[in-house]
Amino acid sequence: MADIVLRDVEKYFGDNYIIRKLNLEIRHREFVVLLGPSGCGKTTTLRAIAGLEEIDTGDILIDGVPVQALQAADRDIAFVFQLYALYPHLTAYENIAFPLRAMRESAQTIDKRVMDAAKALKIEHLLRKRPGALSGGDLQRVAIGRALVRRPKALLMDEPIGALDAKLREEMRTELKRLHIENEATTVYVTHDQVEAMSMADKIAIMNDGVLQQVGTPTEVYSHPANLFVAQFIGSPIMNVAKGMVRPGEGSTRIILGDNDATLEFPQKLYPMIVNKKHAEDELTLGIRPEGVQVARNQTAGFVAVEAHIIEPLGPFDIVDLKFGKQMMRARTPSGYVEKAGDVVWAKLDETQTHFFSTRTGESLQIQL
Amino acid sequence: MAHVRLDKISKKFGSHTALINLDLDIADGQFFVLLGPTGAGKTTTLRLIAGLDAPTSGGISIAEQDVSGWSAAERDVALVFQYYSLYPHYTVRQNLEFPLKSKVRRMSQQDIDHRIAKASKTLRIEHLLERKTDRLSGGEMQRVSIGRAIVREPRVFLMDEPLSNLDAKLRELLRSELKDLQMKLGATFLYVTHDQVEAMSMGDQVGVLNQGRIIQVGTPQQIYNQPHDTFVATFVGSPAMNLLQADVRGGRAVVLPGKLELPVDQAAGGRAAKLTGPATLGIRSEDVMVGVNEAVEARVHGVENQGVEKVVTLRVQDCLMKATVPARLELSIDSVVRFSFKQEKLHFFEPGSGNNLFYGEEKRNG
Repeated sequence: MADIVLRDVEKYFGDNYIIRKLNLEIRHREFVVLLGPSGCGKTTTLRAIAGLEEIDTGDILIDGVPVQALQAADRDIAFVFQLYALYPHLTAYENIAFPLRAMRESAQTIDKRVMDAAKALKIEHLLRKRPGALSGGDLQRVAIGRALVRRPKALLMDEPIGALDAKLREEMRTELKRLHIENEATTVYVTHDQVEAMSMADKIAIMNDGVLQQVGTPTEVYSHPANLFVAQFIGSPIMNVAKGMVRPGEGSTRIILGDNDATLEFPQKLYPMIVNKKHAEDELTLGIRPEGVQVARNQTAGFVAVEAHIIEPLGPFDIVDLKFGKQMMRARTPSGYVEKAGDVVWAKLDETQTHFFSTRTGESLQIQL
Repeated sequence: MAHVRLDKISKKFGSHTALINLDLDIADGQFFVLLGPTGAGKTTTLRLIAGLDAPTSGGISIAEQDVSGWSAAERDVALVFQYYSLYPHYTVRQNLEFPLKSKVRRMSQQDIDHRIAKASKTLRIEHLLERKTDRLSGGEMQRVSIGRAIVREPRVFLMDEPLSNLDAKLRELLRSELKDLQMKLGATFLYVTHDQVEAMSMGDQVGVLNQGRIIQVGTPQQIYNQPHDTFVATFVGSPAMNLLQADVRGGRAVVLPGKLELPVDQAAGGRAAKLTGPATLGIRSEDVMVGVNEAVEARVHGVENQGVEKVVTLRVQDCLMKATVPARLELSIDSVVRFSFKQEKLHFFEPGSGNNLFYGEEKRNG
């Protein structure tokens, strides 16, 4: 069992906040990812949960019990770092067994637990090797084995696969998630890589400048980002954003992009929705992911003519930079759909996939067409 | 005009062979990407072209002239590194001026100003010209480094992983910018990276390098759709191409007897029908179809949400495969699903060498 609750947690260094009014609930067995750019406070938060870092105000509760007074060792939590801190002179087996020996478990228990962990991590054949003879991925598996073998209440991981190459990272993502499902330990995982967060998390907590921006399932943060920061931090290619002026049209709502670059037609009901939100300015920021930009090779009603600028073939699909006047928007098209740079095609923003943000605050207007 | 040619280049460092018989042909005005893992020999190749190192054997020509005996300065190429090598206490303008003020060039201040104005406009750093470089963000610093290369108007731009220190968002932005810049300048670019997305998205041509050897040169589409061997097949594309060991006979491939068997008689333009013996099958995740009526039963081993789509890991006994499915498809872990492969998208590799059994022939079929 391990419910972890952070209540109004703050940490500051002089006048600078590292974490500001952080409220977060991590439920038993949940896989929660703390996601954000470097310096956003995610690692400090993780270390605070582990007891490696003191907080200035607020409470951290594990299973309802405040733990500030408890030493790291007494919190029954295991920590896995980006750089595998293994003992170089011990075999993989002894590295994994180390925490159990420290707890004076019987030889039989130790052997069983080590073998169970090794089996789950598929490193049974490596147990007699020393760290020097292991690859990066295997080292990290051993480090995770050492964390798991204690059967801690919660497993905390700080960019555990950040140092591995792309292909291995891809494999480890699936393995770590699988491991979580099998051993059911509450997991808090820190990364700056949104792909890792999206693909592994039950819940993602996105941080920026020490402030929690949004908490939600991968689908929620991808489809309903709370603000421009989340919108552009999650998803690759990045969500397109463009400033626009909103005008009521005849039977439609018009959004004039940028410096009169293009006029886009949206349903009539959009205008009153924006007015309803008491959105003082008539300027707002549109957001749309490349898959929401529809492209046609022939003139189509409701589509505007745009010039294809750069075509990036990514294999299963292309990303095409389209020029809406001076405003660039990227669209995802089938491979080879737009033949070459300079071609004129027709484009439309799928209204159901368009996000509307306040330009001033960056907050989502929470309008869903 | 700067056509770059490497002819049977080898480079040894003591007993270590970094490059073996490397042939490379980069057309004038081409964006050529050299792609490979760490230690493949990418940076060595760049340094040889720049004249910072000499090859052990083989020849290098730029614009049809043998430059083997030429110094780095005489070759008139510009290098941009991963770590922006800017002078920290100088302004952006001073940094840009520096390569033009060399005594060899004897440029007038007017010409220098003109070039800096042009380069800074192209890179959108006009507003930064009077700022000291230590007050710049990572992306701005990399733009200035590139600016320092541009002002020289070199014959060839050599770039060594210039984006790998930047965060994901900035990297994506600068990818487009660099490609745009190269098109505007019409310059010859040789760009080195380990990131297959960069290679695919920017390169006119991509050369895949592994352990000092060029494995394949082609357009991004060719590299992706007709990989020369299992190395290229799994290095390019994300998720990596699924590889399965199979026994092929009479137009059928058996991966796991009774559990995972599939017809291949139509695959590789019908040529797989005649295949007999062990083969490594390759199939990309987007060519694995998941649906109730598909041929083979599997369990869901893992599900990765990637926003617009999901990548599902399927398990048949000990055999794992990835499939790309639409995001709206709900799949729970350990549930039973059915899948099959798009036969015409299967690749066949020789188990020992990993070579594509139909390389070249595959190409003709598109």
